[in-house]
Amino acid sequence: MTRFDSVLRLGDDALVAAQRMAHWCACAPQLEEDVALANIALDLLGQARALLTYAGGIEGAGRDEDRLAYQRDEREFTNALLVELPDADFAVAVVKLLFFATYQNLLYQRLATGADTTLAGIAGKAVKETKYHVEHATRWTLRLGDGTVESRRRAQAAVDGLWPFTHELFEPDPLAPVDPAGLREPWAALVRPVLTRATLVVPDDDWRPTGGRVGLHTEGFGYLLGEMQSVHRAHPGARW
Amino acid sequence: MSTADLLAAVRAAVSAVPDPELRVLTLAELGILRGVSAGDDGGVVVTITPTYLGCPALEVIRADVLAAARAAGAEAVEVVTALSPPWTTDWVSDSARDKLTAVGIAPPPARSSLPLFVLSPGAPDSPQVVDGPPGVGSPHRTRPHRPACPRCRSVDTRELARFGSTACTALWRCLTCREPFDHVKEH
Repeated sequence: MTRFDSVLRLGDDALVAAQRMAHWCACAPQLEEDVALANIALDLLGQARALLTYAGGIEGAGRDEDRLAYQRDEREFTNALLVELPDADFAVAVVKLLFFATYQNLLYQRLATGADTTLAGIAGKAVKETKYHVEHATRWTLRLGDGTVESRRRAQAAVDGLWPFTHELFEPDPLAPVDPAGLREPWAALVRPVLTRATLVVPDDDWRPTGGRVGLHTEGFGYLLGEMQSVHRAHPGARW
Repeated sequence: MSTADLLAAVRAAVSAVPDPELRVLTLAELGILRGVSAGDDGGVVVTITPTYLGCPALEVIRADVLAAARAAGAEAVEVVTALSPPWTTDWVSDSARDKLTAVGIAPPPARSSLPLFVLSPGAPDSPQVVDGPPGVGSPHRTRPHRPACPRCRSVDTRELARFGSTACTALWRCLTCREPFDHVKEH
């Protein structure tokens, strides 16, 4: 684990989460939700740009944000599996955002006061953005969980399906600027009450799928990358 | 032109550049112009800061700043983006708040205790309950507020959507005059 790897992970998480979320633009259940999710995706993309630019600078091999985003293959991406999972329905998108944004917010809070001043600058901005994302996801989780029979069924299925993937976010990494292992307890303390208020059952900690941090991804990830990278790869070096 | 004169000219020029999304405001009023200084190589360095990391207007702002600085006589111009300290709506100037109100956009919550905003006492009907079912408030919001209607000044307003036409605004409605309006979010 080098400093480059640590920053790249943060950037890859934000980039892939942004790409998944952007799919909801023009597909969300309400017009205003199209705007909301597109805005959140834009925030995540902004974080990804700053983080990948910084990672490229640390590496010193001349790779800028575009090179890192568009010219790496599946095995070179180090995002957690959670953010790449397909959004089977709106409930999955909402619950995934609740889990991921809460994790990001806790992490950015700590990075914002850390020794790495560049990361602190990025995190200082992102911490406010992710707080807003957590609030948005919280409201929707409550509405879906404590809503109709169908919305509750879907929200519970989303929680059950995504919960195992949250463990990977908190795998120990003592060399990272902030070891994510220490964030699991504060994360659970924030997420559990939201699920409970939404009348959703908090799953037991059971299996823990992993692999994203070392480039072993799920089946849908190649399709996500294929779409994200298609224009850049078809027209390398093109400028607007 | 002396270096000091050039820097002053560039500072005046870039300060007056309008924000691409909130066009009634200049970059200086919005608080995203961080400084104008002399670079090591004799050029001019203009430092700006984004409102949001993903703000799509940043590229346009960069180009506008570059053009304004060149028009003011600077030959070598570098536009630098600084992230720290992070931009906050506290940096939006008082004159900018008045301008926003004048064009129908509710400014961000007051830096001190401006009368435009009513702090919620946290009553059951308090305004943090905005788009969810009754009793669902934000677990994080510690300073609930509602902007006054920029048209009729009523404080009987309600949030319609937490995300608006730009990254920095939310959509609100006045319950007195019924007009919807944009509100620059606290950030």
